[in-house]
Amino acid sequence: MKSMWQRAALVGMMGAASQSALADYAYNLQPPVSEVARDIFHLHNLIMMVCIGIFIVVFATMFYSLVKHRKSSGHQAAHFHENTTVEIIWTVIPFIILVGMAYPAAKVVIEMKDTSNPDMTVKITGYQWKWGYDYLNDGVHFYSTLATPREQINGTAEKDPHYLLEVDNPMVVPVGKRVRLLVTANDVIHSWWVPAVGVKQDGIPGFIRDAWFKADKIGTYRGQCAELCGKDHGFMPIVVKVVSEDDYRAWVAKQKGSAQAAAADNGKTFSRDELVERGEKVFQANCAACHQANGMGIPGTFPALNGSKVATGPIAAHIGIVLHGGRPGTAMVGFADRLSDAEIAAVVTYERNAWNNKMGDAAQPADIAAARGAVVAAAPAAQ
Amino acid sequence: MSDAAHAHDEHGHHAHPTGLMRWLTTTNHKDIGSLYLFFALIMLFMAGSMALLIRAELFKPGLQLMHPDFFNQLTTMHGLIMIFGVIMPAFSGFANWQVPLMLGAPDMAFPRMNNWAFWLLPVAGVMLLGSFWLPGGAVAGGWTMYPPLFIQGGVSYDLTILAVHIMGLSSIMGSINIITTILNMRAPGLTLMKMPLFCWTWLITAYLLIATMPVLAGAVTMLLTDRNFGTHFFNAAGGGDPVMFQHIFWFFAHPEVYILILPAFGIVSQVIPTFARKPLFGYASMVYATASIAILSFIVWAHHMFTVGMPVAGQLFFMFSTMLIAVPTGVKVFNWVATMWKGSMTFETPMLFAIAFVCLFTIGGFSGLVLAMAPVDIQLQDTYYVVAHFHYVLVSGALFSIFAGIYYWLPKWTGHMYSETLGKTHFWLSVIGMNIVFFPMHFLGLAGMPRRIPDYALQFTEFNQIATVGAFIFGFSQLIFLTVVLKTIKGGAKASDRVWEGAEGLEWTVPSPAPYHTFETAPVVK
Ligand code: HEM
Ligand SMILES: [Cu+2]
Repeated sequence: MKSMWQRAALVGMMGAASQSALADYAYNLQPPVSEVARDIFHLHNLIMMVCIGIFIVVFATMFYSLVKHRKSSGHQAAHFHENTTVEIIWTVIPFIILVGMAYPAAKVVIEMKDTSNPDMTVKITGYQWKWGYDYLNDGVHFYSTLATPREQINGTAEKDPHYLLEVDNPMVVPVGKRVRLLVTANDVIHSWWVPAVGVKQDGIPGFIRDAWFKADKIGTYRGQCAELCGKDHGFMPIVVKVVSEDDYRAWVAKQKGSAQAAAADNGKTFSRDELVERGEKVFQANCAACHQANGMGIPGTFPALNGSKVATGPIAAHIGIVLHGGRPGTAMVGFADRLSDAEIAAVVTYERNAWNNKMGDAAQPADIAAARGAVVAAAPAAQ
Repeated sequence: MSDAAHAHDEHGHHAHPTGLMRWLTTTNHKDIGSLYLFFALIMLFMAGSMALLIRAELFKPGLQLMHPDFFNQLTTMHGLIMIFGVIMPAFSGFANWQVPLMLGAPDMAFPRMNNWAFWLLPVAGVMLLGSFWLPGGAVAGGWTMYPPLFIQGGVSYDLTILAVHIMGLSSIMGSINIITTILNMRAPGLTLMKMPLFCWTWLITAYLLIATMPVLAGAVTMLLTDRNFGTHFFNAAGGGDPVMFQHIFWFFAHPEVYILILPAFGIVSQVIPTFARKPLFGYASMVYATASIAILSFIVWAHHMFTVGMPVAGQLFFMFSTMLIAVPTGVKVFNWVATMWKGSMTFETPMLFAIAFVCLFTIGGFSGLVLAMAPVDIQLQDTYYVVAHFHYVLVSGALFSIFAGIYYWLPKWTGHMYSETLGKTHFWLSVIGMNIVFFPMHFLGLAGMPRRIPDYALQFTEFNQIATVGAFIFGFSQLIFLTVVLKTIKGGAKASDRVWEGAEGLEWTVPSPAPYHTFETAPVVK
């Protein structure tokens, strides 16, 4: 049973590593950058120590008898088989230890749950498979998607250091501010998890749950979706950039600028080539995960768009599906509130002209705006 | 009772079918026990191969072997089959073989129902495995089946729900049989508090099964109607609540994890006294501890759901009640250690597995305690830490106890001794392999690797590679186990009636192999 001792030694190492110097290695909780995450770290150390202590006492006793009380060394079996005093002692002592552990744990629970008095509030929405962020105080809104190129995933390109943990638009927050998170989801359950700030909160469709953090160190902190949410569950990273108050203000101003540009786009008319070119980018970011870059889909699960009835049929129906989603129960959700009119026009045009779908037609932002309006009017009647 | 006696007479006076028909129509508890065990063995290799495929994909970052959706199918089916196709049937196999032998009963209380309870399982098994070939593939939503993800799937999801119903039915029939047998068919003088601990743990397990299987059936039926008949139990847009599914599911599934471990406690409590040559320490407190664990298991379900966002009071309640389970579990471990203390120990294969069980199960128990701390759980839930935790309790807990039990009783069942050399080789490779697979997963989880992902960030590479190597060692050493079992069935040194020097109990009073019919007249226990 030598492996036992090795394991005990490893467990011991893990405890020692928590003394911060070794904490950067990827075998312990990530270095905490918020009060709550630090408390969790300490709580974990405490429990580890208690467990290791008990483990050593109990199994030292057991190994002593394994060695000393073996038949081959001539040991005769004793005949006792109960002892009420001993049994009461080893029921009561663990109970007391547990009470000792319950107290600090309860304090952290209460601290984590106190979401009052935030400095700002961000609504986070999980989608298959990206995150949406709404800054309720500053009116910023954007989506955040995996930025690792497919070639790295498929092994045809070198993987960069933050492989799978990189997004196009990170969440940005000012340092030292209490950020309240309102977490929800649009399709299935996701979970927003950033270890360094000590938050993991499920996003549940139809419900809003809250959590909070206050990061006390400028830096970039990474996490991942932590609830199985379908095919690309493993490809749904979260990046939080904690910046100075000034940098945060500058970032907000920039976001507002690009939102205005996007709004201006919605009022324009584009050439088909412009739409196709832009649509390809939108397709790669939003649709290729299921329908595949070559438009072939995944037989049995996700329909091919190359030659599909929708992409080669009436354009209004095509726009309808992209806006409002496929059949209920399928993974195809509507993009009405995720993409702008210009983006939807572009992607529809792309799908109708890419691969073998040489339809030659195009959708303009104005068509999308009209289609949105039509359904808003029709919705009550459908209920 | 009279039914059982009647069925038994029938066997005595008429020739019973042989060949295939013997196995299809058998009502003999020993045949049925063997059937369960073989079924579990086959399924172990099926679900084990899936685990190796999963580990192979995770050997290095990037997608190498499979599509993410197929990866999800593998993890889901691996989990479902290990639970419902391996551990539960194997324990039922032990119950069928051993409960009548230990109680001095001629057979189970309802032999005909016993046959049905078994034959439902292969039906469900075929439905599960066959779903890989359906359009869209097998179920990929995790063995926890959470909606709305589970609502999205294809036809195999409906088939799986049906399979779950069938397996639940089988478990309930089996449980009724076990409870009735234990309560009504004990030999004269064998009071409940004298009964072997294995029977006690199965009695309690059977009640757990009867209480929880209908809950599972209800949950999956609601899924089925949500999927097909437009109900909105779990659909927020229709007034339902996805979290309600989780409450119902875990109200079943938390007791279920004790269903997967209580019979293991029973087996280990038979094996350790035998090889320590000393009676089990604290028999009565073992019984009470088992019962309290079972009762507590009904009030702690939401510790699987700390991240859904419960109110403070809810989190505190579920945290405290979960921690409480450590007390009776600790009592059991202390009692096993005290049984070994001042014994006269030998280390045959069953004892080795039992000792490994006690140590490694305790590691699983400790990581369970860590997870019980709600704030720490917030960091660790749905990471590889949890994968490490439940494999320590399921592999080195449930599965190792099954190995211990097989080596322990195989001579009684077959009349032949197994090869001690092969047994020990199997043991050492399994223990070493098992720790190489699952110990590094604690570190992966702490460092932030989510579970159920087919690809991972670079800092997780080394531990994943170690785990994969361990998985192949562990997986392939099970071929040794297969060899031992088949060789022992075919032949080997003749086993005596009381196979082990220190063995106590009625099963050791009958010849080895145990005759087709035992205890025609009930033995009397003083
Ligand atoms: C060769 C031995 C085994 C290996 C290498 C192995 C490996 C794995 C792996 C890699 C996962 C996926 C973890 C994830 O991504 O979430 C998993 C999941 C699981 N395993 Fe095992 N496993 C083994 C044996 C067992 C046994 C004996 C059981 C007994 C019941 C079991 C029960 C489960 C369960 C319940 C899950 C969760 C499935 C889910 O996430 O839906 N495994 N296993
Ligand atoms: Cu997700």
